[in-house]
Amino acid sequence: MRFVGFLLMLSGWLLVLAAVVLLGSAGARGAFVFAGVAVEALGLVLVFRSHLIPREDKR
Amino acid sequence: MTTPTLADLSTVACLFFIFLTPLAAAGLALINAGLGRSHSAAHILMASLTTLSVAALVYFAFGFGWEGFTGGPFHAFTLSGKQWNWIAAEPFFFRKLAADGSPAYLSALLQVFCVGLAAMIPLGSGADRWRLRASCLSTAILAAWTYPLFAHWVWGGGWLAQLGANYGLGRGFLDVGGAGTIQVLGGLTALSITWILGPRRGKYSADGMAPAIPGHNAVLVLFGCMLALLGWLGLNCAGTILFAGGEPAGSALIAMNTILAGAAAALTAAFITNVRFGKPDASLTANGWVAGLVASSAACAFVVPAEAVVIGSVAGAVVTFCIEWLELKLEVDDPGGAVSVHAIGGLWGLLAAGLFARFPSMDAASHSVSNSAGAPGQWLAQVIGVATLVGFVLPLTYGLNWLLNRIYPYRVSIEGERQGLDLHELGAGAYPEFITHTEDFLPR
Repeated sequence: MRFVGFLLMLSGWLLVLAAVVLLGSAGARGAFVFAGVAVEALGLVLVFRSHLIPREDKR
Repeated sequence: MTTPTLADLSTVACLFFIFLTPLAAAGLALINAGLGRSHSAAHILMASLTTLSVAALVYFAFGFGWEGFTGGPFHAFTLSGKQWNWIAAEPFFFRKLAADGSPAYLSALLQVFCVGLAAMIPLGSGADRWRLRASCLSTAILAAWTYPLFAHWVWGGGWLAQLGANYGLGRGFLDVGGAGTIQVLGGLTALSITWILGPRRGKYSADGMAPAIPGHNAVLVLFGCMLALLGWLGLNCAGTILFAGGEPAGSALIAMNTILAGAAAALTAAFITNVRFGKPDASLTANGWVAGLVASSAACAFVVPAEAVVIGSVAGAVVTFCIEWLELKLEVDDPGGAVSVHAIGGLWGLLAAGLFARFPSMDAASHSVSNSAGAPGQWLAQVIGVATLVGFVLPLTYGLNWLLNRIYPYRVSIEGERQGLDLHELGAGAYPEFITHTEDFLPR
């Protein structure tokens, strides 16, 4: 889950870069940048969840 | 390619502001020490000193070569007809950098302090369990690679700085005082370190409780806040002169915005904790103060004082709740609150720059920003910078520290954690006159 989370974060960033390079209109560029940020947020949630401490390890 | 020059007054003012910057590091060291436990107090100050030393030397050796300065040599590639400047190509060891007071040399001097400040931020998160040698190794990675790369993109004429010129996004990514380059980068490294180290022993119990482990010295924390203010004044003013072409006379506005943001953040945090707990909480108020300073750094030269108050107030409120949320819900054991204060506070500052910043003003006769206009697309440039920090810098810094942890384990032994890092790693405590209880040395 941790690996997938970080992969999603990188993917989101690449989506943001692609939007900047490939899209010309402000609206489309903004929409795709926010889509990239949303993918990053999803990755961040996964990484946070993967670092929650299992109950048996709490001491 | 011509090297930009500064007028004599700007050079003197810039040097004065740069000399104030180490006070931010001193303040941060005191805050981290005060928020940690008494049996690791000397260790965290020792770690602060070694971190500053390692950061300065590694940045001198390699960091500046990859960060460079606007107008210097760089590597770039072309995408859709636009040049993407991604890393500098300066020689290592400051070779070919003339010590003549040029902006390039002043920038290198400022960066030596800034990289140390960024590297000190994770020390608060790893308090009471991060080995001294491991923190030095992690600092070397940050100073040699992570920090210079992102700083080049923002301050060295890199692709983030050129978003305005290449794609019409405002004036490009705006971060004159290092809210992203120093604070968010340090805060995200702190988050990586807390994940890699795990929580302190006894922090989370099997029954779902997370008992508070209070800091050992509120006086150190609050005095550290006051020192940090001086450092931030230097950081924001020097950054504006060097990276945004500001004039020394504009420093009055920057100083006003910095202090107002910090003050609003501290009072907001004090008010919220007073309402919630019946009394203002000293450590959360201190964290609020620093978060306000952090948030002010992004656009301190390009907002009016009323907007700085709004930026600070939001930072103070967000940090107060974020610290609790991270600790209780997400199980991030961050004794110094570095993730909330530096990462979240910095991210808010960067976004606020997109919302509030207005141009141009610093070289205008009135030195006023009240009648200037926002730049179209500036908010999108700020979002792209934030996305780069979260989507690229965080995975990069986590990956590098994770690899290093596999080679040289970061966390101190169970025995060392019980004993306290002062005795375990340094052989002497910060407060030798304190009574030491024998049970501290017995297995539990």
